[in-house]
Amino acid sequence: MIKLCTATFSLDNPSSIETYLAQDGYHSWKKIIRDKTPKSEIIRLVKESGLKGKGGAGFLTGLKWSFINSAEKQRYLVCNSDESEPGTCKDRDILRYNPHAVIEGMLIACYAIDASVGYNYLRGEFIGDQWIVFNTAVKEAYKNNLIGNKVLNSDISIDIIPLIGAGAYIVGEETAMLESIEGKRGMPRIKPPFPAVQGLYGKPTIINNTETLATVPYILKNGDEWYKNLGLNDSIGVKMFCMSGHLNRPDVIEAPLGIPFSELLNQCGGILDNKKLKAVIPGGSSVPVVKGKDIINIPMDYESLMSIGTMLGSGGIIVMDESTCMVSVLERISRFYYAESCGQCTPCREGTGWLYKTLVKIKSGRGTQSDLDLLNRIANQIEGHCICALGDAAAMPVISFLKNFWNEFEYYVDKKESMVG
Amino acid sequence: MNFKDNFPKHLIEEIDVIRSKFPPDKSKSAIIESLLIIQHHNNGYLNEELISSLANYLGLTKIDVYEVATFYSMFNLKPIGKNIISVCTNVSCMLRKSDDILNYIEKKLNIKVGESTKDNKFYLKDEMECLAACNGAPMMQINHINYENLTYEKIDKILDEIPND
Repeated sequence: MIKLCTATFSLDNPSSIETYLAQDGYHSWKKIIRDKTPKSEIIRLVKESGLKGKGGAGFLTGLKWSFINSAEKQRYLVCNSDESEPGTCKDRDILRYNPHAVIEGMLIACYAIDASVGYNYLRGEFIGDQWIVFNTAVKEAYKNNLIGNKVLNSDISIDIIPLIGAGAYIVGEETAMLESIEGKRGMPRIKPPFPAVQGLYGKPTIINNTETLATVPYILKNGDEWYKNLGLNDSIGVKMFCMSGHLNRPDVIEAPLGIPFSELLNQCGGILDNKKLKAVIPGGSSVPVVKGKDIINIPMDYESLMSIGTMLGSGGIIVMDESTCMVSVLERISRFYYAESCGQCTPCREGTGWLYKTLVKIKSGRGTQSDLDLLNRIANQIEGHCICALGDAAAMPVISFLKNFWNEFEYYVDKKESMVG
Repeated sequence: MNFKDNFPKHLIEEIDVIRSKFPPDKSKSAIIESLLIIQHHNNGYLNEELISSLANYLGLTKIDVYEVATFYSMFNLKPIGKNIISVCTNVSCMLRKSDDILNYIEKKLNIKVGESTKDNKFYLKDEMECLAACNGAPMMQINHINYENLTYEKIDKILDEIPND
C-alpha cells in the first residue's frame, strides 16, 4: 500500500513532530540545507517527477515553480488549504494527521522559489480542529529550528505562517485567495498577470494545494523516477481520492493514479445496501457527471477521465446509486454555486441565480420543457465568460446532468414528480 | 462587550500578534483574523461599533472592515444564540439524507434555519458550504467541532449534553 500524504495517519499522535521525525521526516529539508542543493535542481526534479497540482487544475507543479519572476527580490509561497469543493475532504486529514509534511513541503517550495515567507491559508471552518493542530505543528518546527531565522544554523531564513479564512468558497481560487490575504473581499483577479509574476502585495507568488505540497518531501526523498513509477500503467504518481455518497464505507484513499474506478469502489465496500451504481461525479461537484456504466472500468487519472468527458479535479468522488433523483442533486449543486458566486462578473452573478431558480421551479412541479432549454442556454452563456472558473463550475454540472439524464428531467417537467420516486 | 475607541488589553495583544504576520504596511491583512477574535469575544457577533473600533486601531477606514465583515459567511452582524449549529446539506451529505437531519434539528429546537432558540442557547446557521467532511456524511459542526455519521439518536445525545449556561 502506498503511503505518502497518509504516512502518519494510522500512527499514535500522528500530528506530532516526534512521529514525523521517526518516519524520517524533514530528511529532505535537512539534506537541502546541508548540501546547499541548487534551487534549479529541486525545480528540475519536481518537474521531472510529473507531480501535478492536486487541488483541481492538475497543472505541473515544477513548471509552475519555474515561472517565478526572479527579477523581484521579495517573493511569497501560499499553501491553499481552503478546501471547499463539494465532495472533497482530503486536505482536512493531511492538516490534522500529517501537518509536518505540509510544513516540510512548504519549506522546500519556499527554498526553490526563494520565498522568505510561506503562508498557509486554512478555510475558516477548520478553526476548531485543523487550525489548532497546524499552529501547534508550526510552533514545534520553529522550536526545532527547522523554520525561522537561520534554519539549522545555515544562512537560510524562512517563515511559515498559518492564516485563517472566514467562510467563502471562492477564496479557493488562487487570486481570490491573494485578495483575501490582503484583507479584502475574495474576488478573483484578471489574469494575466499571473501570480508568479505579480501575486501577493504585487510580488511574485506561487500558490499550491495542501496535498501537492505535502507530497513534495516524499518526492525529494525518493526521487523523480520513484514518484513517476508509483502510477499504474501510463499514469504518473498518486492521489488522494475522497469517496463519498452511496457507499458502504465512505473513505479517503491514497492510491496510484490509474487505479480502476471499480477498485476504489471495492475498497469502500461497494454501493450502499447492494443497490446499483447510477452516476458518479469524479472530481468535486463542479466537474461533469458521468453515468456509472461509463466510468466503472476507467482508470482514475487525468487523461482517462478526460476521454469520457469529465475531469479528475480535486479527487472528490461523489457516488450515486439507482435511487438518486438527478433533478434534486443538480438543484443542490446549483444552490451552492449561486450562494458562492462573488458577484463580480454579470454572467456568473445573474446566471447562477437563474440556474438555481429554474431548477427550484422544475423541482416544485412548475417546470416546462422550455425551462430545460433555458437551463442549457444559461449555462452556455456563463461558461467561458467570467474572470474565474466559478462560472464554469456552475455551468458544467448543468450541461452534463442534462446531457446524461435528459429523460429524467423531461419526465420531471412532464409528470411533475421524480422518475425515481 | 462594549468597546468605544479602545479594545481591552488582551484583545489588543492578540490583534498585534495577527498584525505581525504581515509586512508592517499591510495592516489590512489583519482584518479577517482580528474580526474572528473580536466576534468570539462578543457573543459570536459583530456590530458597527466594533467594526469602527477595529478600523481605527488598524488605521483603516470603516468600509475597509465592513466590506470584509459582510463578505465572509462566518461573520454574524446580528446577535445569535450561544451555540452555533451548522448542518452541511451539500451534495455528499444530501445523498446521506442530511435534509432529514436538518428537519429533525429544526423540529427538536423548534426553530428554522437562520434562527436562534428563544432561550438563546442555539443558533442554526444557514450553511450553504460543503464542510469538507464528505466521508463522514451526514455531518454538522457545533461551535466549529465536527460531528459525523449523524443519526437522530446521536443528535439527541449531542444536543442534550450541551450545558445550559
